[in-house]
Amino acid sequence: MSGADPTKLATNPIDDWTWLSRYTEARIALGRCGPGVPTSAHLGFQAAHAEARDAVLKPFDAEQFAADVIARGWHALAVHSRAVDRATYLQRPDAGRLLSPESEALLSEPRALADIALVVADGLSSRAVQVNALPVLDALMPLIAASGRRLSPVIVATQGRVALADHVGELLGASASIILIGERPGLSAADSLGLYLTWMPRRGRVDSERNCISNVRQGGLAPEDAAKQAADLTARMFQHQAAGVSLARLPQLPAPEHGGS
Amino acid sequence: MGFSHTLGGTTYRFDDLRTLLAKATQMRSGDVLAGLAAQDAAERVAARMALADLPLRHFLNEAVIPYESDEVTRLIVDQHDGAAFAPIASLTVGAFREWLLSDTTDATKLAAVSPGLTPEMVAAVCKIMRLQDLVTVAAKCEVVTRFRCTIGLPGRMSTRLQPNHPLDDPKGVAASILDGLMYGVGDATIGINPASDDVDTMMRLLDMIETLRLASNAPIQSCVLAHVTTALKAIERRAPVDLVFQSLAGTEEANRGFGITLALLDEALTAAESLQRCPAGGNVMYFETGQGSELSSSGHCGVDQQTLEARCYAVARRYRPLLVNTVVGFIGPEYLYDGKQIMRAGLEDHFCGKLLGLPMGCDVCYTNHAEADQDDMDALLTLLGVAGCTYIMGVPGADDIMLNYQSTSFHDALYVRKVLGKRAAPEFEAWLAATGISDAQGELRFEPARLMPALPLLGAE
Repeated sequence: MSGADPTKLATNPIDDWTWLSRYTEARIALGRCGPGVPTSAHLGFQAAHAEARDAVLKPFDAEQFAADVIARGWHALAVHSRAVDRATYLQRPDAGRLLSPESEALLSEPRALADIALVVADGLSSRAVQVNALPVLDALMPLIAASGRRLSPVIVATQGRVALADHVGELLGASASIILIGERPGLSAADSLGLYLTWMPRRGRVDSERNCISNVRQGGLAPEDAAKQAADLTARMFQHQAAGVSLARLPQLPAPEHGGS
Repeated sequence: MGFSHTLGGTTYRFDDLRTLLAKATQMRSGDVLAGLAAQDAAERVAARMALADLPLRHFLNEAVIPYESDEVTRLIVDQHDGAAFAPIASLTVGAFREWLLSDTTDATKLAAVSPGLTPEMVAAVCKIMRLQDLVTVAAKCEVVTRFRCTIGLPGRMSTRLQPNHPLDDPKGVAASILDGLMYGVGDATIGINPASDDVDTMMRLLDMIETLRLASNAPIQSCVLAHVTTALKAIERRAPVDLVFQSLAGTEEANRGFGITLALLDEALTAAESLQRCPAGGNVMYFETGQGSELSSSGHCGVDQQTLEARCYAVARRYRPLLVNTVVGFIGPEYLYDGKQIMRAGLEDHFCGKLLGLPMGCDVCYTNHAEADQDDMDALLTLLGVAGCTYIMGVPGADDIMLNYQSTSFHDALYVRKVLGKRAAPEFEAWLAATGISDAQGELRFEPARLMPALPLLGAE
């Protein structure tokens, strides 16, 4: 990605201002062959795009993820949105925001009350979830437990959008929701996880009513730091009974660890 | 009211003009998502046949969104030029297609009828045209605008240099600008999408480009693509604002979602012109559009996304912009699913904009969750070049590291200019030769020594 990579300079002719690459990660000083991009840079671009495409298209193994959660001694339930497959998911965001009838029935069964609905969904990058969701949970679970608030089982969702947490939170009667979800991959990072927090999650909530922690990955915001921010934001949500833009405008808790959104 | 057409023994009915327009539109995911698309291929063609039989006059009597409830409709109706419309007033949509394609309809005739066209007429004829029709007619249109460079002259194709940086770091932005200038890119504008939409960031970036412009004497015009209200604040603080930018939508409701009204745009135009940074009669606004933005903000009013896109151009033309571009594949696969849908939409938008008199460019682009890749972009880029597209984007290596999508690169601009024999704007071309970035024949030299005058931008190196 950076111009310091000598392999991409092997092509003739070289753009002899590779030193500019110290100022930006942008793909500058690539060199050229006629109007074309040298082969190494050309294929390097394809490799980055392939990684992003695979992150979007590779199925999320929800059963395995739920098993990993259970193996840590936590509860987990696997659910599915109304988007039956990836093509539907990509074209019908409305379907990804609602639980399938079977999953709706499952979450409607009587269970212990929860203050916080915790959801993990594939979103646009199954890889982000596979790589970064458990490290976030490892750091987040003890922080929530220490706050004394009751947590739902980890709801592991396939073909889920952010607003799926509204449907989940509504069925569980939760006061707040936290969803960990794969972000749209870029060429430079295909494994970014996002965390969205919503107060009184109910169907029909809009984006301005949520707080977001994004770019969670190794090399971005570390999972442990993201978990701390999420725990702080959760505490503020319960203190102010609000989330989103309105929460961002409210004063910080005394001595917060991080600002948050 | 209502329309019908019988095809293969089945009679298809369409309740009103907006339904007819929607059903006639080539299949795309956004119209399906909105619940507006034709049920099947036969209904789609039946709608096109009914549309082809519709007199253009009908569009003056039926609005797709009511006059009373939408200021964009009021603008369309109130700005309609009956005298310009007269030569085509007797035509149906189908006959209008043939008139547009006719060898005797040239740039002069097209420009003369343009003020007599409503965006809905243009959207309608677009829906019964194939790609080669869209290319043929757009290639005949001539739209010329001016700031420090003259944009849109025959045989020219300009480029917006898009040197975005995730932290808005002026040095990082400058490094991408210098790379682009060495590739002869940037005559349309040097346009930066700021990661942070605030007046301090905007002023920091504008000051950097102004320093470059004055040091190098380059005939460039710059733009930081912040919200129009941010630009107004910067102008108040006497920042060197060349172009004022805004994203547009085709309905009043969706424009409200963008935080704009026509009155606010009027104010922005007045403020930009007051700076007198371009020759008298020059063009000072820069707009971006893109199919699907109205649906994405729940402001589509039951109208299909291609018709709404054409309505954006009715808004744009009120402000005589230097540049307009459709950011065609940025919005995502729920609106344009794959390379085929993106390609069609890009050519539709370019055609509609040109016919409505706009200096139309296209951000040939896609996101990583769309079914598209560089091959699709090459095909659209080449088609747009043949269609006489006013300008394209130039992003280092086609990879926008701030907005996280793929557009066209400096190399792509070089490619399309070479294969189609297109040249940069004359003032820019002369500057490239004067600085030695290109030789006397206009061939780029790629000599790093030519960067020297710009080095103060990067500090003490």
